[in-house]
Amino acid sequence: MIYYDRVSKIYADNSVALEDVSFSVEPGEFISIVGHSGAGKTTLVKMLLAEERPSSGSVFFESINIHELPLHRMGEMRRKIGTVFQDFRLLPQKTAYENIAFAMEAGGRSEQDIRSDVPHVLELVDLGDKMNNFPDELSGGEQQRVAIARAIVNQPDVIVADEPTGNLDPVNTFEVVQILKKINDLGTTIILTTHNKGVIDSLKKRVITMDRGKVIRDDREGKYIL
Amino acid sequence: MSWITIKRIFRAGFLDFWRNAFVSFASILVMTVTLFVVGLTIFAGVMLNFTITELRNKVDVSVYFLTTTPEDRILTLKQALEARPEVVSVGYLSRDEALAKFRERYKDDQLALQALEELGQNPLEASLQIRAKDITQYEAIAQFAQNQDTENGTATSIDKISFYDAKYRVALDRLVSITDSAQRLGLIVIAILILTTIAISFNTLRLAIYSSRDEIQVMRLVGAGAFFIRAPFMVEGVLYGLVSGVITLLLFYPLTWWLGSATASFFGGVNVFTYYLSHFLLFFGVIVGTGVILGAVASFLAVRRYLKI
Repeated sequence: MIYYDRVSKIYADNSVALEDVSFSVEPGEFISIVGHSGAGKTTLVKMLLAEERPSSGSVFFESINIHELPLHRMGEMRRKIGTVFQDFRLLPQKTAYENIAFAMEAGGRSEQDIRSDVPHVLELVDLGDKMNNFPDELSGGEQQRVAIARAIVNQPDVIVADEPTGNLDPVNTFEVVQILKKINDLGTTIILTTHNKGVIDSLKKRVITMDRGKVIRDDREGKYIL
Repeated sequence: MSWITIKRIFRAGFLDFWRNAFVSFASILVMTVTLFVVGLTIFAGVMLNFTITELRNKVDVSVYFLTTTPEDRILTLKQALEARPEVVSVGYLSRDEALAKFRERYKDDQLALQALEELGQNPLEASLQIRAKDITQYEAIAQFAQNQDTENGTATSIDKISFYDAKYRVALDRLVSITDSAQRLGLIVIAILILTTIAISFNTLRLAIYSSRDEIQVMRLVGAGAFFIRAPFMVEGVLYGLVSGVITLLLFYPLTWWLGSATASFFGGVNVFTYYLSHFLLFFGVIVGTGVILGAVASFLAVRRYLKI
C-alpha cells in the first residue's frame, strides 16, 4: 500500500535527514516509527504527504509515485491520508465542528453528509458537547482529539500521526492511543511516530526503529529499544 | 464548480472577515486611506483641468478692420470664420458698439472723452473676436483671416490682427507652457500618490495573509484544493474593498460639502460638492472598483506563495 523505495534526503547544508530508507506498509497495519529527535521520523512522514521531496528514491502510495503527482492532484491524494500532528494544527478561526467540516468540504462532500458525519466523529472522540468551541477554548488533549476526528472523517485509507502525544500528559496520551487503536481495529492503516516508550511497549505492533536517518530495526511485534 | 462550493467559499470568506475582526479593521483602515487618496486625486484633477481650461478660454484673437470697411464685408468674413471647425465662436463689435463701450469705460475720464469729442467723428475700428477650441489653433485662424482679406498681395480691409502683436505672442506662449507643465506635473504627482498608497494597501493585505500562512498549509495538508483555499481570502479582500469604498464615499460627503463654496469662489465655478453629487456614479465606480479589484488581486497574489506545497 505504501512503499518507500531507497529514499534519501540531504539538505542543502549537506546534513543527512534520511539515508537509503526502504520499507513497505501493508493495508490494515499499525506501524510505529521510533527514534530519537532528529532521527528522521518526521521527515519520513512529510515525504508521504509530499510536504518534502526526497533527494533520491521514491515514495509510492497505492502504486502512485507521490512526488510525480502534479500540484492540483495533490489534494485528492491527501484526502486519502488522514494526518495528525504533534501541535494539533487546527484552524484557529474555526470551531471544532467547522474544522472537521472543512476537511469534508475540501473533498466536495454534501451538506447532508457533513451534518450527519461531523457530530458522529466528534462523538467517537468523546467531544460531542464541545463541537462549537474554538481550539483555544479546548485543552491540548481535546484539541488533539478534534484533530483525530478531522483525520478520520473522510474515511481515509491511512492515518499518519506524527508525534500525536508529544504535547500531552499521560492520561491524554493513553486516550489518544486508544482512539488510534480503535480506528485501526476498524481497518484503517496507521503510521505513528513517537518517542514515547510506554506507548510502544503497550501497543505490541510492528516497530521501525530509526537512528541518524537510517532504519536500524524493523520488528513484527516490537518494543522500544534504543 | 458547484453551487454548494460557491456558497461555502462565500460563507468562509464572510466568517473569516468577521472573526479576524482586528486584521479586518486594520486592512480596512489602510485601504480607506488609499481610496481616499484616489478620490482626492480625482478632485484635484478636475480642479486643475477646470482651471486650465478656464485660463485657456480667456484667450481670444481680435481682428480689427479699417474704419472704411463696409459692414457686410466684415460679416462675410465672420461667416467664413464660423464655418471653420476649430472656431468655437466669433463675436462682432461694430464701430458704434466700440464707441459706446469706450464711453462707458472712460466715463470718469474727462480728458479721454474730450479728446474723442475733438476728433468729431468715431475713430474706433470694428472688430471680430474669435475664440478657438484650442489655444494652439490661433495661428491658423489668424492666417486664414488674413488670406481671406488679401487681394493681389495687399490687405484690403484688415487693419491689424492681435495675434501678430509681439506682446500678445509672448503672453500666449507663456500661458501655453505654464498650463502644459501644470498638467504634466499634476499627472505625475497623481500617479506617484496613487501608486504609493496602492503599494501600502497591497502590503497590508499581504501581511494579513502572511499571518494565516500556517492555516493555509494545514488546509493544504488536509487535502483542500488551491482554489478552495484561495477563494475565501479573495472574498475577504473584496469585502475590505467594498467596506473601505463605502466609508470613503461617506467621508467625501461632508468634506466636499464643507469645501464646496470655498472651491467655487477660488477656482471660479467648480463647486466640489455639486460636482461630487452630480458625478457620484463615477466616484462610486472608481473608488469602490479600485478597492474591490485591489482586494481581490492582492489576496490572490499573497495566497499564491503559500500554496506551493
